[in-house]
Amino acid sequence: MATLTDPPEHGFRLGQLIYDTRYRSLTIQVVAMILLALMMSWLVSNTIQNLAALGKDINFGFLWQPSGYDINQRLISYDSQATHGRAAVVGILNTLLVALLGCILATILGVIAGVLRLSSNWIVSRLMAVYVEGFRNVPLLLWIILIFALLTESTPAPNAFRGDEPTSSMFLDAVAVTNRGVYIPALHFASPLSQNGAVTWGVILLVLALSIFAITRIKRWATATQEATGVRPATWHYTLGLLIVPVGALLVTMGAYLDLPALQGFNFAGGTHLRNSLIALWLALSLYTGAFIAEIVRGGILAISKGQSEAAFALGLRPSTTMNLVILPQALRVIIPPLISQYLNLTKNSSLAIAVGYMDARSTLGGITINQTGRELEGMLLLGLFYLVLSLIISAAMNIFNASVKLKER
Amino acid sequence: MKRTVTLGALAVAGLTAAGAAGAATLDDVKARGTLNCGVATGLPGFAAPDANGVWQGFDVALCRAVAAAVLGDPMAVEFVPTTGQTRFTALASGEIDMLARNTTWTFSRDVDLKFEFVGVNYYDGQGFMIPKALGVSSAKELDGATVCIQTGTTTELNLADFFRVNNLSYEPVPIETNAEAQQQYLAGACDVYTTDASGLAATRATFEAPGDHVILPEIISKEPLGPLVRHGDSEWGDVVRWTLNALVAAEEYGVTSANIGELSTTAGDNPEINRLLGTEGELGAMLGLDAAWAKNAIMAGGNYAEVFEKNIGENTPIGLSRGLNAQWTEGGLLYAPPFR
Amino acid sequence: MSDTHAQTAAFVRDSMIQQQDPPVSQSGAVKWVRENLFSSWLNIILTLASLWFIWAALSHLLPWMLRGIWQADSLAQCRAIRDELYGPDVSAACWAVITERWNQLLFGFYPQDLYWRPVLAFVLFLVAIAPVLFQGLPKKMLGFSLLSPFVIFWLIWGGSIWGPVAIALGFVVGWAVTRYLTPVIGVLPGVIATILAPIVYWLLVAAPLAGLLQDILPLGITPVGSKDIGGFMLALVIGVSGIVLSLPLGILLALGRQSDMFLINKVSVTFIETIRGVPLIVWLFTASLLLNYFLPPGTNFDLMLRVIIMVTLFASAYIAEVVRGGLAALPKGQYEAAGALGLDYWNSMRLIILPQALKISIPGIVNTFIGLFKDTTLVMIIGMMDPLFLANAIRATTDWNGVYWELFVFIGLCFFVFCFSMGRYSLFLEKKLRREHR
Repeated sequence: MATLTDPPEHGFRLGQLIYDTRYRSLTIQVVAMILLALMMSWLVSNTIQNLAALGKDINFGFLWQPSGYDINQRLISYDSQATHGRAAVVGILNTLLVALLGCILATILGVIAGVLRLSSNWIVSRLMAVYVEGFRNVPLLLWIILIFALLTESTPAPNAFRGDEPTSSMFLDAVAVTNRGVYIPALHFASPLSQNGAVTWGVILLVLALSIFAITRIKRWATATQEATGVRPATWHYTLGLLIVPVGALLVTMGAYLDLPALQGFNFAGGTHLRNSLIALWLALSLYTGAFIAEIVRGGILAISKGQSEAAFALGLRPSTTMNLVILPQALRVIIPPLISQYLNLTKNSSLAIAVGYMDARSTLGGITINQTGRELEGMLLLGLFYLVLSLIISAAMNIFNASVKLKER
Repeated sequence: MKRTVTLGALAVAGLTAAGAAGAATLDDVKARGTLNCGVATGLPGFAAPDANGVWQGFDVALCRAVAAAVLGDPMAVEFVPTTGQTRFTALASGEIDMLARNTTWTFSRDVDLKFEFVGVNYYDGQGFMIPKALGVSSAKELDGATVCIQTGTTTELNLADFFRVNNLSYEPVPIETNAEAQQQYLAGACDVYTTDASGLAATRATFEAPGDHVILPEIISKEPLGPLVRHGDSEWGDVVRWTLNALVAAEEYGVTSANIGELSTTAGDNPEINRLLGTEGELGAMLGLDAAWAKNAIMAGGNYAEVFEKNIGENTPIGLSRGLNAQWTEGGLLYAPPFR
Repeated sequence: MSDTHAQTAAFVRDSMIQQQDPPVSQSGAVKWVRENLFSSWLNIILTLASLWFIWAALSHLLPWMLRGIWQADSLAQCRAIRDELYGPDVSAACWAVITERWNQLLFGFYPQDLYWRPVLAFVLFLVAIAPVLFQGLPKKMLGFSLLSPFVIFWLIWGGSIWGPVAIALGFVVGWAVTRYLTPVIGVLPGVIATILAPIVYWLLVAAPLAGLLQDILPLGITPVGSKDIGGFMLALVIGVSGIVLSLPLGILLALGRQSDMFLINKVSVTFIETIRGVPLIVWLFTASLLLNYFLPPGTNFDLMLRVIIMVTLFASAYIAEVVRGGLAALPKGQYEAAGALGLDYWNSMRLIILPQALKISIPGIVNTFIGLFKDTTLVMIIGMMDPLFLANAIRATTDWNGVYWELFVFIGLCFFVFCFSMGRYSLFLEKKLRREHR
């Protein structure tokens, strides 16, 4: 350890490295660093030796080889001749999709359940308590399996839509709920202007964003007018017009039409197919995380002192307005930090997708690819890195949001 | 609480730091007194624990035969359930001595993944099962169908190839376990279930109405399923290979668990049987086992035919016929090299 | 008097009227129902929706559950009995699968005649954690708590008694060094010696010593391998050992994260964030697929141990965050007071800070444990025999192929009962602690 260094002259004793608080922390850190480096090199040298003994190497070349397997849900074009790398990207996008959808639905469910659990309605609050405790105390994996089975068993097979006297029929001839998933109409574009789907959607989103920006400007102008004159000008027709006209015009020029799902061969063809695996995973993750969020929301609301709601009632606000304008905005500050960790949990839990055969990053990169190529070290490393980076990004983004709603002390 | 195990294991590791590859598995197994055998987590007829926790099945019987040959005790087996994903690593890392988990013998597994397939205990092929009501009679008519597959197997690669070659479209529904796939298929969440034909038959056998489902005539792949061991340990590979061959040969020569006691006490007329059962020659010693090795292996569960009939044969709920797995003398592919 | 009144008022009551019950609409069940269920339009809609939901759920579930068949050998027999009793296509649960495989779901493939050992171990475990969880029990019981891990380990895995004894002696060695050597050689060398001496002892002395003692006095019970341990027992073993082993590591990490020392702090933060940023399932795959790569060539110990190591590392990151919360919740005065007493870092931590911080952290630790206990179901994906794995294995036998809901409902209920009661305990503790701090 430290005793190996040469003792300096001018009265510096070795003991000082241990007993002198000026040096002690340095000593400890140096020792810790040496130990850490030793351990790392031990692990790495072991790995190298083991790989050599097995005749393997660390090589990411497999990512550029054809994968050979098909993936049912793909957000980018992919077939069995595409590379393992592309399969991984397909899986990653699927993970992101279910995580995003899950976070949104979990928040909605959680807020509703958390508020209703405090409701004066006895039966509703009891029901919410059952929901929260039931989901919190049973493993998520079990819920995923159960919800998947429930969806499969309780919805009709596409067969039921067939024949002269079908036992099931489509909703408005546009939506079919089957045990293979839900088929909904899809938006397609006929115009030659919209050859590239991604660009088309990008343009639509851009126009929508511009409309929303314009609406916020109008709102601001309305508020300014109200403050100046005391009368708030009616703006709803502007808002509605801005929201509908530009996007509508764009859709018409693009030649948009609805592609309805229709029974064809074994399955429904056309439209968009939301697979049962996605729905089951999405529902299970949302319900499970929603139960935790409900507790957080309830805790946040209870943390607001009673005087706040009493004051709001004294002002003559209705209970719903009180909740929306007085309680929730304040509770939000208590709610957001634990909410972030729930979002992180949900994202990580989406890796259980394999239980329902949802092809997420774990199933493609960390599953079939590893299995077909035997590259478990590389595959797991990439998978771990992906989740780590994702978690760090989510927590960074949510921390920024948290900072913006934090109580600003002046 | 488990600190003891940690430290104990680390201490042991420090003392016996022998390389996993190239080590003499046979000596390890003998020293340990049990055989670590990797099996499926649960596949009807091939490997599943019964109510007493005793593993039963066709693959399990092979593990027991090897344990009997090496250790003289068919029960001296630790069964390690492995999933499609963990099986190869478990073998490569030395956690198991052999893998008997309906694993398809392919070039890349044999060569690239550094394993050694020692033989084939079941010749299989990938097939399709479909409800009769759909009126499909050939796999070529499956354009646009939803297909349930088990992930982590060669099945999904074969499936992709088949539909690609025939220029058909399909929707794969990947499922982790056979039991789950069965539930999905029965509920109509997929039109077709595809896996090895033996698995299809085994699954169909347990349906409430097996007659409502047909297995299509097309077999789209060759699936030689067999036991495998680590690359680079030929002695151990020989032990497993010849145990399997002994079971096959025993059927060919008419050695059964019923008459083996009689045949093995004294040398009979057939020198091949004598060498097999150790009443003549020193085949056992050449393998590094005792002379009664093959006798023990056959006594464990009977010869190949007996094992087959007991676990997956026509009189079991699985109800598989011998087909390709008949002896070569009866038009099948089972052909044990000579014992001499 | 009455006369005068008679002129000014039309009616004068001259006797008290009988006390009456409040109106029906303002009392009893009716009032309660009106106030709690039908107070506004929104509430009426919510109430009706809830009632419909409850009816829909129960009308499907209850008949199925109550018609359940408890005695049968296989699903086919179950179906036959059902057809006989209720006619075909009536939904009826086949609970027989639970009655037949109940032992397996609880203990895995643990030898049946040895079931008393895990049961006894579980009872011992309850006794051992009692003094930690409930104040007011004699302090002497803590001694038993310290001893119990070895006894429990020995009971579950069996084998020679001298192995656990030899390992336990390592802690005695460590304690002896602290007690007798530290005053002689000083604090920091003392701490280092306390850590090093037991490790040296375990690596070099413990195994031969256990062997020697076993030769002199053979004492032991039938050994049971990890591969036979399964079901809820496996979930408990992994969950409990994960939490117990991760506590020391978690505390160190929490202290490290609070430390002013740059390197220590950054290492702790990196470790905690890396572990927490990656799903447990990936860590489990690492344990099952990769851990062997990182250890010296030829090292091979059983999967359960590898999983426990991984789960311990995983839990320690979460425990570290819980303990950090506890440390942060202590008023700064406590740290300053400890410093003012002249205590050095370790003594102030050991005597002043940690006892208080840990006490506040117990609910958090219990919650972490509940989470970990539920997460043990994930080990099924790497082929370990947790309850869900056994459910699949049972469904793979020809007898029970096709059974579905019964097993999952049963497993779910077991998890619910266990986790719910733990959660209630944690709430009770939280309330109690909150009161104490006022």
